[in-house]
Amino acid sequence: MSVDKIADQVLGLAVRELPGAEIEVSVDAVHRALTRFANSRIHQNVTEDTMGVKLRAHLDGRTISTTTTLTGAEGLTSLVSRTAAAVRSAPRDPGWPGLAPPTPLALAGEVDAATRDASPDDRAARVRDFVDAAGGLETAGYCQTGYWTGAFRNSAGQALTAAATTADMDGIARDAGADGVARRSGIALSELDGAALGARATAKARGQADPIELPPGRYEVVLEPEAVSDLLTNFSYFGFNAKAYQERRCFAEPGTQQFDEAITLYDDPREPYDAEGTPRTRLALVDKGVTAALAQDRRTAATGGGASTGHAGSFGPAFGPVPQNLGFAPGSATVAEMVSRVARGLLITDLWYTRVLDPRTLALTGLTRNGVWLIEDGEVTRPVRNMRFTQLYPEALAPGAVLAVGTEAVPQPSRMFLGAWASPALHLASWNLTGGASG
Amino acid sequence: MSFFDVAEAAVAAALDAGARYADARVMHRRYESMDARNGEVEDLNSDESAGIGVRALVGSSWGFYAVPDLSDSAARLAGARATAIAKASARVAGPAADLVPTTVNQATWASECRVDPLAVPLSDKGDLLTHATKTMVEHGADQATALYQIWDTRKWFVSSEGHRIDQHVRECGAGIQATSIGEGETQVRSYPASRGQYGTQGWELVQGLDLLAHAPRLAEESRALLTAPLCPAGETTLILGPEQLFLQIHESVGHAIELDRILGWEAAFAGTSWLDLAQLGSLRYGSELMNVTIDPTLPGALGSFGFDDEGTPAQKRYAVQDGIWVGVLAGRDSAALAGLDYGGSVRSDGWARLPMVRMTNVGLEPGPHTLEQIIAETEDGVFMENNRSWSIDDKRLNFQFGCEIAYEVKNGRRGRMLRNPTYTGIGPKFWQSMDMLSREIEYWGTPNCGKGQPAQSGHTGHPSAPARFQNVRVGVRA
Repeated sequence: MSVDKIADQVLGLAVRELPGAEIEVSVDAVHRALTRFANSRIHQNVTEDTMGVKLRAHLDGRTISTTTTLTGAEGLTSLVSRTAAAVRSAPRDPGWPGLAPPTPLALAGEVDAATRDASPDDRAARVRDFVDAAGGLETAGYCQTGYWTGAFRNSAGQALTAAATTADMDGIARDAGADGVARRSGIALSELDGAALGARATAKARGQADPIELPPGRYEVVLEPEAVSDLLTNFSYFGFNAKAYQERRCFAEPGTQQFDEAITLYDDPREPYDAEGTPRTRLALVDKGVTAALAQDRRTAATGGGASTGHAGSFGPAFGPVPQNLGFAPGSATVAEMVSRVARGLLITDLWYTRVLDPRTLALTGLTRNGVWLIEDGEVTRPVRNMRFTQLYPEALAPGAVLAVGTEAVPQPSRMFLGAWASPALHLASWNLTGGASG
Repeated sequence: MSFFDVAEAAVAAALDAGARYADARVMHRRYESMDARNGEVEDLNSDESAGIGVRALVGSSWGFYAVPDLSDSAARLAGARATAIAKASARVAGPAADLVPTTVNQATWASECRVDPLAVPLSDKGDLLTHATKTMVEHGADQATALYQIWDTRKWFVSSEGHRIDQHVRECGAGIQATSIGEGETQVRSYPASRGQYGTQGWELVQGLDLLAHAPRLAEESRALLTAPLCPAGETTLILGPEQLFLQIHESVGHAIELDRILGWEAAFAGTSWLDLAQLGSLRYGSELMNVTIDPTLPGALGSFGFDDEGTPAQKRYAVQDGIWVGVLAGRDSAALAGLDYGGSVRSDGWARLPMVRMTNVGLEPGPHTLEQIIAETEDGVFMENNRSWSIDDKRLNFQFGCEIAYEVKNGRRGRMLRNPTYTGIGPKFWQSMDMLSREIEYWGTPNCGKGQPAQSGHTGHPSAPARFQNVRVGVRA
């Protein structure tokens, strides 16, 4: 049965079972296939075909969300019955913001037919290319394709259907314990060039022989796209979350010049609507350094005024709304040009295991990974051992702190299905390295 | 048609399609969670999930396919697809894959559960969370949150070697947290752990936590932290409370002894390990006080089960004995590749995910001391409690942890409260500096251990007690 038919059926059953209730139904069918490789061989190769139905009911001031993967007639009837029973004994929910009104989609999901139909052999071929490009170095990583179709219905008349594809590749090459990395995300498998990614990772790994230790301190840095995607991840989760803002747990202050004027940030969604059935559109979060907007769901919009921006659902209402496809608008400098302007600093490929020390200041600690080099007098001179940093992320992008933004925003995989970060390289005046990774 | 029949149909189809080994898990899981904030419920979920996951081995290559359809025809298709995926894996094939032998079991296992958590009325559970959060606000917290989670999982496992095992695992847990907002920062206090306490138990676990009794203290401590002096920077004697130490064990021991990491299978995503198999049995991991067990048989701990997801029965073994590294967390294929003779640590977080090497209950055996003795015997140091942040390098060596709260320790007494405590170090150097370990062991559970692609959340347990470490760098700041 199609996602539309299931959604219609569940909505009909729920409206009959719970007269007077506000009802929301979303159905998501996911075909997700991921081929992992390590030690230059495919060691895990998985495919899942899942169908999930989510039903949310609000009745007499009480709300419950229920889900099932059982989409036969019996499973759907059971879903509605247990929802009806549970909502009557659920605790009160005074913050219920009401249902999304009928509104058409602003964006169409992008579906690439070849990616939708990709076979295990198609993914294995990309892996083969990556491994071959490494020229004998050990490799590891994954190639993923995904196809999502979704339907949303609510008792206020909202009815949406959409589909999208995704393709991601992420791999490292290893040379005597030194790793190099390359990543790419797209909507089509054809956007992934296994050989090119393998070559980039291999060059990074081979350039790290005999690294030096550097003392802790503040260093001028050039961050490559892989590293910049970590900034986007943390800004997305903690920086532009309207719930965190309303509770004074984040740094963002809309209308304020909080970033360098070289910084423009936007969310460019791949999923055309959110978990509450609000259509998504491209959203500018930072405009030339001025914080312009926050990600909103219906609850934060009801609490703080304004409207939902279509960001409900990624982590649930307790965490609050987050952008899933955050990106920096590109600038005008290549990495080579950035490096040429550094008197003494670091070229950093990737950041690793970053964790928030304080969400209000967005203070993070983490480590460098997959390639760090010393820059002296405009030239990359020596590989450097990994270092730990403890850094306020907004401070790193503050007015005057951004010296250049890269020319290409490279789509980087995220850990959320259909999520991605558009990351250019960044040249920053200062990054706080607090210790060598070896002690 | 029973769920065993469904799984057997999938295995038979995989063999018919050319697999030399296959297994299948039918799983049915009910999950319930509730979040409350500042006296109101903000999210309530009740989920049901069922499906079948099939693993097939062709030559030296694996395939896995999962589908939420439990009909005979769907199961047979799943088996055939798993085999086809395994054949595609052979395009970039590796060395021969074998499986270490295991006893072929036809068995049933159920975890102990005195109070069925799904049968506790939602209104009672809601009252508990809303009262706890309201109490924290009344005592000064700007944001007060509470949550519980419940998992009720049935599994039916069948393999081409003859396994036929069904298990019923019930798990739950809960926690509360108070946040106070200052001029430029936030301060947080949690009970009993930063993301709650969990076990393979019924609702009796939550009742035993007595969340309401701790709510006022948490709120008052979070507010007091806003004006407490900063944790000083430098090298000192560090005493860790058991909740922080369990995460230290998890990150710097548990993940390091995962055989798939040691073999490089997780290199790109989760990282590798500093451990070298050639040193198994001889490497000094920590001081002689350090005895770490891998023990999924512990009653009530979150990493407990009867059989892992390859059908290997739960059994206790040592990972570190008298400070020497002696064991790993392994699966049947990783163990065979490494030349070891045991598996038993393979699990997945659902029917749609590939089983992989995961922590079970990895934790410390008791030491000879008490926390009171440890503090009494410390002239100058810092006592830190409750995890706030965690980060460790890709070889599981260089770590930095932040805690919610600390106290200075002077002349054998706990002194003033300190804010923003952090400590950093290198795994083996840190563990070798452990010179006092309490006998006050508690089992801590974490339900959100991330690993694998697509991502999986592992449920792990960690026996832990207060301990003391010498010459540790503390007070690292942005």
